[in-house]
Amino acid sequence: MNDKYEIARTAEAPQTVRDSTRDERAARAATPPVDIFEDAAGITLLADMPGVARDRLDVRLDGDTLTIEGTVDLSAPEGMRALWAEVDVPRLRRSFTLSRELDPGRIEANLKDGVLSLRIPKQPQAQPRRIAVQAG
Amino acid sequence: MIDALFYRPQGLFDQLASLQRTLSRSLADGLPDAIRSTAAGSAPPVNIGRTPASIEVYAFAPGLDAASIDVTIERGVLRIAGERKPVQPGNEPVQTYASERSHGRFVRALSLPDDADTSKVEAHYRDGLLRVSVALQASAQPQRIAVQ
Repeated sequence: MNDKYEIARTAEAPQTVRDSTRDERAARAATPPVDIFEDAAGITLLADMPGVARDRLDVRLDGDTLTIEGTVDLSAPEGMRALWAEVDVPRLRRSFTLSRELDPGRIEANLKDGVLSLRIPKQPQAQPRRIAVQAG
Repeated sequence: MIDALFYRPQGLFDQLASLQRTLSRSLADGLPDAIRSTAAGSAPPVNIGRTPASIEVYAFAPGLDAASIDVTIERGVLRIAGERKPVQPGNEPVQTYASERSHGRFVRALSLPDDADTSKVEAHYRDGLLRVSVALQASAQPQRIAVQ
C-alpha cells in the first residue's frame, strides 16, 4: 500500500513540474535586440521581431514606459512535432522609459520584415536651438 | 498546437537539460558541438519541425530582402545564407546608444535526414521568418496497407 502511494506520487510529480513550466513559458518573453539612435529631432529605435505579424504586435505607452510586445506566428502545418528549437519562447517583449523631452503623442511605428522601427520625436521646445548672444 | 514547436523536445528532464546546456556553454567544458554549429547571435536561430510529409525549417532572420536570401541544398546539407546591412538612419550626425542587432554575412547549415526528398523544397519569407519546407520521400511517409 505504501509502495503504491509512492508510485502514484512519483507518477504525478513530473506532471506538475511540466505544467508549471508551461505556465511560466506562456508568461515568459524573450528580449528582442535593439538599436537606438538619437539625432537632433528625436530618437529612432529598431527592434528585431522576426515572425511577428502586424496584427500580433503591440506598442503601448503607460505613463512614461514604452513597451513593445509581439507574438511569433509560425503557421505550422498539421501534425508537426518539434525536432529542434533554438527559439523556445513564442513571445518578444521589451520596455523602455522615455525621458520628458520626448513627445510620446507623436511616436511613429513601422514594421517591415520582422524589424520594428519606432520614431520618437522630441518636444518642439526640446529641440536644440541656438541662443543668440547679445552684444553689449 | 502550433506553440508545441517552441518547447524543446527533451520532455521530463527538460529544465535540467537546459540548465546543463547553459552551464556547459558558459564553462566551455569540452562537450562536442555540432560540426556546423555557429556562435549564438552570429546567425539566425532555427527551429525545426517534422510532419508526416515534410521537414519544416524556420529561420528567424529579420530585416532581409527576400531576393537576397540564398537557400541551397547540396548532398543533404541545407544551407541558408544572407547578408544584413547595417542601418544608419538619416544623414544627420547621430549618437548610438544601443547596437545589439547583428549585421553582416551569415550562413546556417543543417544536415537533412536521409529520407528528405531534396527535389521538393519550398522557401517562403514573411515577417522576417524564413520557412523552408523539404518534402519527405514518399516511401518514408506513413501509408496504410489494405488488408486483403
